Amino acid sequence: MSFSSFIVQVLNGLAGASSLFLVAAGLSLIFGVTRIVNFAHGSLYMLGIYVAYSLTESVGGGLGFWPAVLLSAIAVGVLGAVVEVLLLRRIYHAPELFQLLATFALVLVIKDAALWIWGPEELLGPRAPGLAGSVSILGRQFPSYDLFLIVVGPVVLGSLWLLLTRTRWGTLVRAATQDREMVGALGVNQAWLFTAVFALGALLAGLGGALQLPREPANLELDLHTIGAAFVVVVVGGMGSIPGAYVAALLIAELKALCIWLGVVEVFGFTISFSKLTLVVEFLVMAVVLVVRPWGLMGRPQAPSRHAGTVEAPLRPVDNLFKAGAALLLLVLTVLPALTTQTPYVTVLMIDLLIAALFATSLHFIMGPAGMHSFGHAAYFGLGAYAAALLVRSLQLPMELTLVVAPLVAAAGALVVGWFSVRLSGVYLAMLTLAFAQIAWAIVYQWDTVTGGSNGLTGVWPSAWLADKAAYYYLTLVLVILSMLWLKRCLYAPFGYAMRAGRDSPLRADAVGIDVKRMQWVAFVIAGLFAGVAGALFAFSKGSISPESLHVGKSVDGLVMVLLGGLQTLTGGAVGAVTFTWLHDTVARNTEYWKAMLGAIILILVLLFPQGIAGFVRQIIYGKRDEIGGRA
Amino acid sequence: MSLLRVSGLGKSFGGVKAVDGIDFELNAGELLALIGPNGAGKSTTFNMVNGQLRADVGSIRFNGTELVGLKPREIWRLGVGRTFQIAQTFSSLTVVENVQMALISADRKLFSMWRPAASHKRAEALELLAQVGMAGQADRPCSVLAYGDVKRVELAIALANDPKLLLMDEPTAGMAPKERNELMALTKELVVQRNMAVLFTEHSMDVVFAYADRMIVLARGRLIAEGKPNEIRDHPKVQEVYFGSGKTFEKDKMALKVAT
Amino acid sequence: MMGRTTLAAAVITTCVAAMPAAGYAQNVIKIGEVNSYKAQPAFLEPYKKGMELALDEINAAGGVNGKKLELITRDDNANPGDAVRVAEELVSREKVDVLTGTFLSHIGLALTDFARQKKFFFLAAEPLTDKIVWDNGNRYTFRLRPSTYMQVAMLVPEAAALKKKRWALVYPNYEYGQSAVATFKKLLKAAQPDVEFVTEQAPPLGKVDAGSVVQALADARPDAIFNVLFGADLLKFVREGNTRGLFQGREVVSLLTGEPEYMDPLKDEAPNGWIVTGYPWYGIQTPEHKAFVTAYQAKFKDYPRLGSVVGYSAIKSLAEGIKKAKSTDTEKLVAAFKGLQVDTPFGKITYRAEDHQSTMGAYVGRTKNEDGKGVMVNYRYLDGAKFLPAAAEVKKLRPAD
Repeated sequence: MSFSSFIVQVLNGLAGASSLFLVAAGLSLIFGVTRIVNFAHGSLYMLGIYVAYSLTESVGGGLGFWPAVLLSAIAVGVLGAVVEVLLLRRIYHAPELFQLLATFALVLVIKDAALWIWGPEELLGPRAPGLAGSVSILGRQFPSYDLFLIVVGPVVLGSLWLLLTRTRWGTLVRAATQDREMVGALGVNQAWLFTAVFALGALLAGLGGALQLPREPANLELDLHTIGAAFVVVVVGGMGSIPGAYVAALLIAELKALCIWLGVVEVFGFTISFSKLTLVVEFLVMAVVLVVRPWGLMGRPQAPSRHAGTVEAPLRPVDNLFKAGAALLLLVLTVLPALTTQTPYVTVLMIDLLIAALFATSLHFIMGPAGMHSFGHAAYFGLGAYAAALLVRSLQLPMELTLVVAPLVAAAGALVVGWFSVRLSGVYLAMLTLAFAQIAWAIVYQWDTVTGGSNGLTGVWPSAWLADKAAYYYLTLVLVILSMLWLKRCLYAPFGYAMRAGRDSPLRADAVGIDVKRMQWVAFVIAGLFAGVAGALFAFSKGSISPESLHVGKSVDGLVMVLLGGLQTLTGGAVGAVTFTWLHDTVARNTEYWKAMLGAIILILVLLFPQGIAGFVRQIIYGKRDEIGGRA
Repeated sequence: MSLLRVSGLGKSFGGVKAVDGIDFELNAGELLALIGPNGAGKSTTFNMVNGQLRADVGSIRFNGTELVGLKPREIWRLGVGRTFQIAQTFSSLTVVENVQMALISADRKLFSMWRPAASHKRAEALELLAQVGMAGQADRPCSVLAYGDVKRVELAIALANDPKLLLMDEPTAGMAPKERNELMALTKELVVQRNMAVLFTEHSMDVVFAYADRMIVLARGRLIAEGKPNEIRDHPKVQEVYFGSGKTFEKDKMALKVAT
Repeated sequence: MMGRTTLAAAVITTCVAAMPAAGYAQNVIKIGEVNSYKAQPAFLEPYKKGMELALDEINAAGGVNGKKLELITRDDNANPGDAVRVAEELVSREKVDVLTGTFLSHIGLALTDFARQKKFFFLAAEPLTDKIVWDNGNRYTFRLRPSTYMQVAMLVPEAAALKKKRWALVYPNYEYGQSAVATFKKLLKAAQPDVEFVTEQAPPLGKVDAGSVVQALADARPDAIFNVLFGADLLKFVREGNTRGLFQGREVVSLLTGEPEYMDPLKDEAPNGWIVTGYPWYGIQTPEHKAFVTAYQAKFKDYPRLGSVVGYSAIKSLAEGIKKAKSTDTEKLVAAFKGLQVDTPFGKITYRAEDHQSTMGAYVGRTKNEDGKGVMVNYRYLDGAKFLPAAAEVKKLRPAD
């Protein structure tokens, strides 16, 4: 660990920062102006590298590399514009965050499309002509292409800065980042501004991908591997701040290089592997930055969006029609195992559906009424599941007792994370919950002796009297129904109203004596508790538990369920969960390209039901009543 | 003893004194207008009284309790209601639920997770809505109301914990002249009925001169005049710093004549 | 009442019996297969082809015990929770007779435990983790592919023969990488007590910062490197290593790198002289392998990967086992698999009675960059049986049935 090796690692970090910055810059632009959480940004990056690969292959390498990089970026930019015009533009007026669902579907479609077009194998591109070799720096061979990348980052940063500060278009973009309604009021065609921004963002993602061609192979994992880091950079830098994105990219890339440089270190007799820390270092940075600076390093407080979609309709007392429907559903659920003895899989699937419904309902509880968009809700599901597994395996607690204790562990986790998170709002809150969830995931993934590490824990089966699937189904049914009824009751109670009040108008809430942050904190803990119930039920239904249960993928599934069902409808979480899980099961069984199929179905649902499925049904049945405001 | 006593109140932003040691008092049953040109320190003063801003120096005593350092919600619990320049209501609640929300909070039932909120003191909430003339729309979503009606609902919310002092920030901003007079007449009526005090800021001079019992005038963070509308109208300092050339003043006087 | 029920039952039975599918179902043996097809397509597409080839051959020859084999595959979404659900579905709805498949270790373990709990036969085809047959081993689970331990054990004698003192280690940061490195350290230390492990790098799976990692390894000035990276990580690592001169004058011992799945994408970056485990399909001259390659190429117009061999051998193993058991009854299958001998493209393998691990081996050789393409040279087949602990030791590693 000499000083010269440190210097070269700093250079490595600079090259890494440039790569990271290019993806993040586009995401930050899109995020800042359109408020779209563009999950597909990583997919656009991935397409950039694939397209560049094909172009260089077709022109036979050599000097064709450079035009291929540019053409690839442009192609991805055009695709971005098409996506914006054909898809996103139609759903800007949907409730907040709904566009996330559309971009999630795009991720699925693009991934399968790439598999279909380019096949499953990793595709290693050519080295860049003229920059194929290395130069000697401090006695080490340093790739000349990395030197080029070190320059590219600041050059793109400078160009973007000029574009944003020296052109009329740039002024509009900056204005829209601060207050997008204002730009609309100024008579600027907001639609085309959004299209242009989305196209530019996509182009930058494509460029970022294409420029990586000499450094890494095009492969189908790039989308998800990229998107997480890119979001972290955007948020750490401050949403909408391009220089902030560069600073954040630099910070994270250098910290990673530093960790790798340190390698395995002995401190006070403990062996610390800094190399292993690279698994989660960006999320640690994000957690620290957001706790200290709630709007990122160079961001500003988010202007409250005044016309963020449609206003939620007031809660109405449950009417007889709904009661009759619920009673019928409950009856069907009760007799289901008896009706399906010939097809016992129905019971198995129903257990999964019920657990998913409770998980999504617990997330809906804070996302909808309290307006807190948690991107890390799987943490509490996973905590509940792991707590259940550990209590049964290590402490030999009776399984029935763990169903009570495990949710409390999840709630305790939510208590800690909630304390930090409710100080923030909007996307920053979402990203802080994600950071904590990923840190929890990394701990579970690494702590072999306790959590079983990446393999997880097995042998988590229920007590003998529940071994039969039908018995376990009834246990799940009772717990899930009771939980959901209580959550619903809670939303109709003063606490639920106070959450909605705090979301609708924090100022007014404060002026009538409501401590909004405290309400949110309590809501966060309640949501964590019930996610923990779902997690514990899940663990015993599967007999094993693995880090996936608290990974960001699970959190995203939760978001997708809630948005699909309808953020503004009480039953939205449950309806979305059942739809998504059932679709997933059916489509995956019957289709080879099931990801694309699932994505396409979600896209159709997105376009048909911008209020979510439950929201749509509600509108059909109760639309008139909501409008005139009669008490039904 | 006066209901509200502000003394030596001051606040700076980045070295600039926005409010520089002002004193005033407010008695029960009185409508006190806080006026002054843009940048005079009206909003800063107002927000220090309601707790959104914390005063650097000075004291605000309400019924003998020091308000400096308290949060808005704590000040509300002492019996200080408020309305906002841009009306703040809960758009996903119905009109009556908006009022019930304040009643629930006043009864310290916010963390109740069992009994339905919609049945909490509904009659009382309807009564408050009747006072502001909104009982007929009680079950409509707040988001579909006309702006003038939203302002009335806000007033009903503010009255829910039976405040002794009502703080109104630009109560008639964004309203048509007819609505303005109706809202202020209503306010005046409520003040008389409830022996409540009102402190309000206002841009519209016709409203101020028609409804304020007394007014205080700020300029560059200092209090330059205080008195009844007649006294203020003829106050030389006010003429000088506030009304400038006097044209606005003349116009307002005309408007006032038309209105009366 | 009773009469009506009986009548209804009779009607239903008649209808069911009349359906051709049901009649057909009586004459097939259903193999339920669970795998991460969408998450690991590079390995699993050839694997699936291998299974299909075996299926065709077996059914063309009249099937097993007079019944045709039917394969039902399911995608587990690379998630153990989903894997258990689709396993339940295969068992309860499709009424499969046996379960097989899985690629990722944690999913393999989840199904291993599922098999134990449900007392259902499971042949883990590919997952490498040692735990499937040792720590978590159980009566109902067998495993085909050579484990992490076996593959590392095959490389250690080669590594010891290099007589290099300073070793650097690089591996993906999850169980497979960790246990490969732990085994390597333990076995090499035993074979060569003066060995020194000078640095360890454990980048996250799929996200190696290759430049920094390569430089950190080089700065530790090792004499030799043990690599466990694979897939996209390996490609990045090799390209950076080549550019930065990491491999100049250093021996590299690398797990799985000789498999076409991982070697072929390297193209002209393919390293020279690495000691690897792998599958040199282009050079194996045994008759059973030649027959396999010919049939495979004829059917798919593509060359086989290691996955093809695993998929092919998994189906062959199940067919042999069912034939030996003369039944698909779980207990009879378990008994039949103990000591079962199967002919595979790699020759005869045996499922050991003591730990349910097959003795399938691997090819160990040196890599060579031949005209811009990586191949294995000087390779030989190492029989897995020689790299497994003895029965007494296994007994300590494995819980009692």
